[in-house]
Amino acid sequence: MPNDPTLPEITPEQLIHLHRELVRIRQTEVTLAERYKLQQMRTPTHFGVGQEATPVGVCAALRDDDAAYSHHRSHNHFLAKGGSVYRLAAELFGRATGCSGGRGGSVHLTDRAHGFIASSAILGECVAAATGSALSFAMDRGDRVAVAFFGDAVAEEGAFYECLGYAALKRLPVLFVCENNGYATESPLGIRQPAGVSISARVNAFGIANHRVDGNDVREVFATVREVVAAMRRTPGPAFLECDTYRWLEHVGPFFDHEANRAYRTQAEVEAWMLKCPVRRSAARLMDLGLATGAQLADWEAEIQAGIEADIARAFQDPWPDPRTLLDRVY
Amino acid sequence: MRIRKYKEAISEATVEAMEADPRIFITGHAVAYPSGIFGSTVQAAERFPDRVFDCPSMENGFAGIALGAAAMGKRPVFVFPRADFMFLAFDNLLNLACKWRYMYDGNAGEVPIVFRAVVGKGWGQGATHSQSLHAPLAHFPGLTVVLPSTPADAKGLMLSALKANHPVIIFEHRSLFDVEGEVPEHMEPIPFGKANILREGTDITIVATSLMALEATIAADELAKQGISVEVLDPRTIRPLDEAAILASVAKTGRLIVADISWEMCGFCSEVAALVAEKGFHYLKAPVRRIALANCPAPVSQPLENAFYPKASTLAAAALQLLNLYARDHSGIDRLDYFKGPY
Repeated sequence: MPNDPTLPEITPEQLIHLHRELVRIRQTEVTLAERYKLQQMRTPTHFGVGQEATPVGVCAALRDDDAAYSHHRSHNHFLAKGGSVYRLAAELFGRATGCSGGRGGSVHLTDRAHGFIASSAILGECVAAATGSALSFAMDRGDRVAVAFFGDAVAEEGAFYECLGYAALKRLPVLFVCENNGYATESPLGIRQPAGVSISARVNAFGIANHRVDGNDVREVFATVREVVAAMRRTPGPAFLECDTYRWLEHVGPFFDHEANRAYRTQAEVEAWMLKCPVRRSAARLMDLGLATGAQLADWEAEIQAGIEADIARAFQDPWPDPRTLLDRVY
Repeated sequence: MRIRKYKEAISEATVEAMEADPRIFITGHAVAYPSGIFGSTVQAAERFPDRVFDCPSMENGFAGIALGAAAMGKRPVFVFPRADFMFLAFDNLLNLACKWRYMYDGNAGEVPIVFRAVVGKGWGQGATHSQSLHAPLAHFPGLTVVLPSTPADAKGLMLSALKANHPVIIFEHRSLFDVEGEVPEHMEPIPFGKANILREGTDITIVATSLMALEATIAADELAKQGISVEVLDPRTIRPLDEAAILASVAKTGRLIVADISWEMCGFCSEVAALVAEKGFHYLKAPVRRIALANCPAPVSQPLENAFYPKASTLAAAALQLLNLYARDHSGIDRLDYFKGPY
């Protein structure tokens, strides 16, 4: 665990905030996944259930004027950076009020007011875009930072290494956050990347500070990133975070793999990772520290759930985009 | 008359725009050296040393980096000393930059990036240092694709590109870099989508891009001596395309040759032929002719290379054929190739 003496202790309020964010994102995704089965959301969707701790821990250490970019599994990052459930749900329903006007869909989200600049579906694009935003920040000599969230398969893309090299060369204030969930669609890491050479080890070769953390422990992620970002604001330069985590649902769609009779991973493996659930671990910590009772946790969950359902219901009632706007905003 | 070379016109526009707009920066291979992209970035590098800097060999990565910088308010100019390297940048250029405004409904802002790509030709440049990618790129909504053929256009269109709020790609032909022409000191930006009539005529229209526009004026001047009146129309941007100007010219002449610096198949020549077939069919007195590169990669050896590229004499011969006139030997009109390499 990193320990920067210049940083204050993580407060009870922060731990409660982190927990409530985990709950908001988990319950949003679970609720959206159930609703998704009704065929009202016509957009290929990669649910992030199980991977909430990394986005929550990272984004809690960022400011609204820091720029974040994400990939196809981007709901968690959009929400953690401050995006609203309402604008997300409207986007999935294809409504004009969606965060991208119904033109982007699940994989093309944006919320600039909160510094969630964009997500995109092609692997590695978010890495380059974040590096470029960091170049802009460095040219302006400010203290903003840029963050790229991406999965382990991005470490197979050429653009990844191009950007590591450039960020190291130019000492850019960019944080690369690799959410290593062990699979790219159905393909396990072991058949895609050489054994014995971790992603972090490859990044290390670029001379970039890197940290491997438990990506399901929101406190560890937050504590690490808080320190890394504080250092980056003082002295610009890139950093890399590898977060071990696990996706519970199928690659794309609302079901568990065993429900769809997929055999690329075992139900036992999924269940073992579900025992490391980021939300339950955070809840247990709050109770251990005497920061919440079981009844309080349940109250929060109910209150957050009511808000989510109201947002989704409101989004569903919203108007469709007008087909006469089809050609608007191409340029 | 204020005469400047094409490369000097690019340089003038760049420096002028950078003085007015501190958000502009230039990068690309070797932009910041005395060689400065065949002289076109030297002045900018001297004037703005913090805003003109070298770039590693990372065409795709940097296309995305340019996008990320543009999204934060910068105006990057990314220079490809050979356009062929731009293939490496297609992911970030085509999957993201050109869709940015539309795909996020404008809510993710704008990404004003200028891609400059130099098209090589001759002296054995070979198959991978001689391609222009304008046709495949013009396929994609969200891009503006520019091919200046004169020094004044190079300046005026660059000024527009550096004010645009979306990605713009400028194809600059290496064979034009030392061509001279009148370039006013103070120029208004030339709007995209406005064709330029380089020669007015009544017998036949040649729509020609980039270097082929210059070749077409040579052919037109020669044919004028024979009493044949050729209209030479340079579209200047192929996306947006000045359809009205092309159709008006064909309405006047009834005959059309389309000449391009790339291949026929699914290319710019075919696009213009389709346009006239759809919207100007009844103007035509003769079939449309396409004049483009031979249907093979660019060869190196000189006799092969000579046979590969169409030139002024090719256009003159095609015009006579369309007018049902006897062929003549026009090989004497072709420009001598002063290019001495290496690239």
